[in-house]
Amino acid sequence: MATTDTTTPPRGLVALPATAARALVAIGAVATIASTFMSWTYTSDFPGDLTYYGSPAGLQILDLVAGVLTLLFALTLFGVRGLGWLNPATAIQPVLLAATSAFAVSWFSAIAIAVDLKGLVALDPGAYIAAVGSAIALVGALALPKPGDTFKDYVTKPDNIPPAAKLPAWGQRLVITAATALALIVFAYGVGVDPDASETFLGYILLVVFGTWSLFTAGLFDRFAQLNAGHKGFATSMAFLAAALFPFVENNEHNSNLGVNILVVATVALGLNIVVGLTGLLDLGYVAFLGVGAYAAALVSGSEFSRFSGVQFPFWAAMLTGMLASLVFGVLIGAPTLRLRGDYLAIVTLGFGEIFRITVNNLDGTSGPNLTNGPNGISMIPDLNIFGFNFGSNHDIGGFSLGRFANYFLLMLLITAIVVLVFTRAADSRIGRSWIAIREDETAATAMGINGFRVKLIAFALGASLAGLAGTVSAHVGYSVNPAPYQFAGSVPPNSAFLLAAVVLGGMGTVNGPILGATLLYMLPEKLSFLKEYQLLAFGVALVLLMRFRPEGIIANRRRQLEFHESDDTVHIPEQGLPDSTVGVTKAGA
Amino acid sequence: MTTTTAPSPVLEATGVTMRFGGLTAVRNVDLTVNAGEIVGLIGPNGAGKTTFFNCLTGLYVPTEGKVAYKGTVLPPKPHLVTDAGIARTFQNIRLFANMTVLENVLVGRHTRTKEGLWSAILRGPGFRKAEAASRERAMELLEFIGLAHKADHLSRNLPYGEQRKLEIARAMASEPGLLLLDEPTAGMNPQETRATEDLVFAIRDRGIAVLVIEHDMRFIFNLSDRVACLVQGEKLVEGTSEVVQGDERVIAAYLGEPFEGAPEDTAAAAVEAAEAHATEGDDQ
Ligand SMILES: Nc1ncnc2c1ncn2[C@@H]1O[C@H](COP(=O)(O)OP(=O)(O)OP(=O)(O)O)[C@@H](O)[C@H]1O
Ligand SMILES: [Mg+2]
Repeated sequence: MATTDTTTPPRGLVALPATAARALVAIGAVATIASTFMSWTYTSDFPGDLTYYGSPAGLQILDLVAGVLTLLFALTLFGVRGLGWLNPATAIQPVLLAATSAFAVSWFSAIAIAVDLKGLVALDPGAYIAAVGSAIALVGALALPKPGDTFKDYVTKPDNIPPAAKLPAWGQRLVITAATALALIVFAYGVGVDPDASETFLGYILLVVFGTWSLFTAGLFDRFAQLNAGHKGFATSMAFLAAALFPFVENNEHNSNLGVNILVVATVALGLNIVVGLTGLLDLGYVAFLGVGAYAAALVSGSEFSRFSGVQFPFWAAMLTGMLASLVFGVLIGAPTLRLRGDYLAIVTLGFGEIFRITVNNLDGTSGPNLTNGPNGISMIPDLNIFGFNFGSNHDIGGFSLGRFANYFLLMLLITAIVVLVFTRAADSRIGRSWIAIREDETAATAMGINGFRVKLIAFALGASLAGLAGTVSAHVGYSVNPAPYQFAGSVPPNSAFLLAAVVLGGMGTVNGPILGATLLYMLPEKLSFLKEYQLLAFGVALVLLMRFRPEGIIANRRRQLEFHESDDTVHIPEQGLPDSTVGVTKAGA
Repeated sequence: MTTTTAPSPVLEATGVTMRFGGLTAVRNVDLTVNAGEIVGLIGPNGAGKTTFFNCLTGLYVPTEGKVAYKGTVLPPKPHLVTDAGIARTFQNIRLFANMTVLENVLVGRHTRTKEGLWSAILRGPGFRKAEAASRERAMELLEFIGLAHKADHLSRNLPYGEQRKLEIARAMASEPGLLLLDEPTAGMNPQETRATEDLVFAIRDRGIAVLVIEHDMRFIFNLSDRVACLVQGEKLVEGTSEVVQGDERVIAAYLGEPFEGAPEDTAAAAVEAAEAHATEGDDQ
């Protein structure tokens, strides 16, 4: 890092008086905001059509948000009344990160326009103002007093964030509601980005990453987590309500379809999290259980391509069939392998996943008995009809017309809610504690009276049946089932590597983690079509980076939260328990 | 339970032998622990004390011999041994690092609670009651060992001495009739060691027999009703503290030599040891 000023410690990287620095950030932010109301390019060829004056579109909207965020954080440095909550520690980090988000979005847009449309001539004045304005804001932010000596200090949450002022209960609920609504809007905006407008989606990613990061360093996420912890039931209901509103907000079939698929993979990832995250068992063939459930449901769906085409179970019975089939397979795979330690399970499940796909491919009447219709799969699965509610047709609810995928979205959301409930309740109970104990130290766990085999088998079978449950819905959503997607690794999402990555990336052992991880991993290749071919490579790179910089995943489980919590109320740093004389006394041994 | 009025044995290990390939870590050891007794197990490093514990608790399947708890022979399965009523701690602390202090103790209650997956998901009144009772019992145990104020801390964040105590509480949560402690004061300072001494007496007063491995001689001879000395896998002597302390073979094999790695040589009351230490220092 090249510092222009090293004599006086509280100076920034750029030598300027603090007041001037603050003013620069604010001016730059205002310029950025203003620029989004101008034309950025003269032709409508660029995705989003950024040619209008007075009405921001596409990347301009994102830049507008980034500019407003920067301005708000800059104003907190001026001590503007009413904004203190946004930056309780009046820290520099959120300002810098917000300015970085504006800078990143502006410059990315300008460069993308120039590259897409062959040259700088394509840029209108608005784009120049955005670029210069955001650069001024960033320079201003860098001129603010340094929070520390290293680069890391600029991007980590400071320790001295004061505790939040106590809000009345209704106020807390209001904050939770507002934050959830905001999350819904952000998510819906991302889903709503035109798949052809990769540029807009990349801008969205830049904004979301730097924006949430700046809110995180301001300490707002911790406060939100605390509020949530105080109103668990309310917060969960709000989250599901927001999710249920998604098909209304994003009222078109394509995006509802995307929503259902995300829910399916998120739910399956959550089921896998019981096995991997809670119990610590590596299951490399988990997607096969989704396949078992989907095939079971397809076989009893009444499709004319089903081996039992005359049979049409009501949906509840089909769900139970799918779960039961997966459960049986789970027990069959688990029983012989879970007695062994270590990596046998990983190898056996990997094998099982492949065997499932190959067997399904071959049960076509020529290579083997006819059961699954081979590679052609079972198609024309009829739509569900529950209590006369036909999932295949449009329904008008409160002025909104919900299409087929929106119907399934709501059904799938119900399934997700069930899985979340099962997960949270099981995790916080005798059985859940024994899973975690096994994960932490299997020897000690068995010495505490836990029957390791039994408990692991329960986790494995539960995980399998939850995947089977999700599979029954996904069979109906997709009109057909075929063996192709149920593989270990591939370019289309429901595959075992994808699910595992979703769990690890999102955060093992948490509820939100795998849901977030699955959402991210599903959306990114969907919206960034140029990524599709490199999806596996991108996965690999992302996982390596993650393991290096944040091994606990995006959402850390209670471990991290507890550490915050502990530093809040008790200071026990000088341990009288470990005087010098005890060093080196511990011995190894069983 | 036996009907005789004589001391009723809680633990009867007979002819326990453990071989690892050519190495016989434990050779034909008999040991009895009676109700209400504190029995010490001493011996030099590598004598096979921990291995013997592992044989008692089913972590190792003894090559020969059998282990009986209150008259019934135990199958060599750790969870069944714990279920029967023998609980243990580990020489190298094995807590569930990423669980809270309270959760660690709750895991210890596993064998004394029955709620399965279904009742966890359905959360009926029975489940809530059992869970509340478990928590109450666990908190009571934390109170007993003096860690109640840290119930919500992660066990990994506890200082060493408290981790050892927590292991004891976790073991006691399974309501054992016999508690096996593997070097409970290793790594502790003198005050903590003394506190642990009191703790072991308090545990005995709760009606739990204790079998304890320790290198701290003052600790072990203060505490134990009987002491057994293991050397190279064989039981050399067994008797009261005085008998074992005075036994020439024990002194030759174990006590006589300056015991390296013993936690507090300086604090140990074994005067000879202190003197030996001092003269050693003078010589160099
Ligand atoms: N699983 C095993 N495989 C092979 N050898 C083992 C195994 N466990 C223990 N041993 C050997 O058995 C012997 C006894 O070890 P043990 O750990 O029981 O000694 P100890 O009396 O507990 O010693 P310390 O006082 O150092 O704890 C040692 O030589 C050890 O190397
Ligand atoms: Mg040992």
